[in-house]
Amino acid sequence: MSSWILIIYCGLITFLTRFSMIALLKKEMFNNRVREVLSYVPSAIFPAIIFPLVFLDNSGSLDLQNNPKIIAAIIATIIGILSKNILATIFSGLISYWMFIFLLGY
Amino acid sequence: MNNKFKIFLKGITDVSPLMIPVVPFGIIFGVLAIELGFNTYTTMGMSIIIFGGASQIIFLQLFSAGASSLVILSSVGAVNSRHLLYGAVLSEHLSDLKLTWKIIISYFLVDQAFAVSNNYLKKSKDINKYFHLFGAGATCWTIWQITTFLGIILGSVLPEKLGLTFAIPLTFLALLVNDFRRLINLIVIIISGSIATLGYQIIPFKAYVIVAALVSLFAAFILTEFKSMKNE
Repeated sequence: MSSWILIIYCGLITFLTRFSMIALLKKEMFNNRVREVLSYVPSAIFPAIIFPLVFLDNSGSLDLQNNPKIIAAIIATIIGILSKNILATIFSGLISYWMFIFLLGY
Repeated sequence: MNNKFKIFLKGITDVSPLMIPVVPFGIIFGVLAIELGFNTYTTMGMSIIIFGGASQIIFLQLFSAGASSLVILSSVGAVNSRHLLYGAVLSEHLSDLKLTWKIIISYFLVDQAFAVSNNYLKKSKDINKYFHLFGAGATCWTIWQITTFLGIILGSVLPEKLGLTFAIPLTFLALLVNDFRRLINLIVIIISGSIATLGYQIIPFKAYVIVAALVSLFAAFILTEFKSMKNE
């Protein structure tokens, strides 16, 4: 499949997730229980993207020793929890990662 | 100044502070796309056609890892499933709109626009209140396109050695950081992350994102069920 066709399909699926409920739902079809479980969607999906990129190396095997990404991610998490600031989280992680690879030579 | 335009402007001003983190996010997306081998047209095409930060980054990540089209599509769908909730929450305010407006509003329904307009829609009784969501969404759209383009320009100058792909997990981490404070969220996060990491090589077709998400969402279902039983 060419990348353009795939982009269009992904655009369609993204649009449909936004449109379907607005188009189909009659007011009270979503009860509080469904709403509560759906509120965990970010916590269920984002770690599945984050963890492998931090804990695995380029070949896909576990890399737990001398891995600057783990320490940088921990620093970013702590800064994030304390500051509640998206930018501070991203940049504290990037800067500590750069310190490890450029200054300390990991 | 007519009423619709006033509400539209209110949407723009309300969403503006939330645009600050979107700027680096858009630039990071543009930079990554170029680094992973996409050209200017396909990169802009993603931002215009998909118009969803998390989905576009997943797309890049899985596409460059050689995942199949079906896996990319279902992962994008899984990441977007939170929009079902947004739509469900907003539908009571939008159910009287014409189909054309429902389509326009849906295209612009991103996290930031939802966050500010949901509050406005709950309070306002104005018949044209949906213009708030239109204003907020259009603002996000404009910022997203401009920053994608800036990223494309930067991406062709920045050296690969900077390891900017590490910005992907950091961006998602930043979106998740508030959830680390709550116990159930923390458990769900650990389950999802562990399944994805350990299953990365075992789960076929790079489907680790969806498998981890579904299993941990099921865990969230069980845990919240347990919690509500305890409270009764």
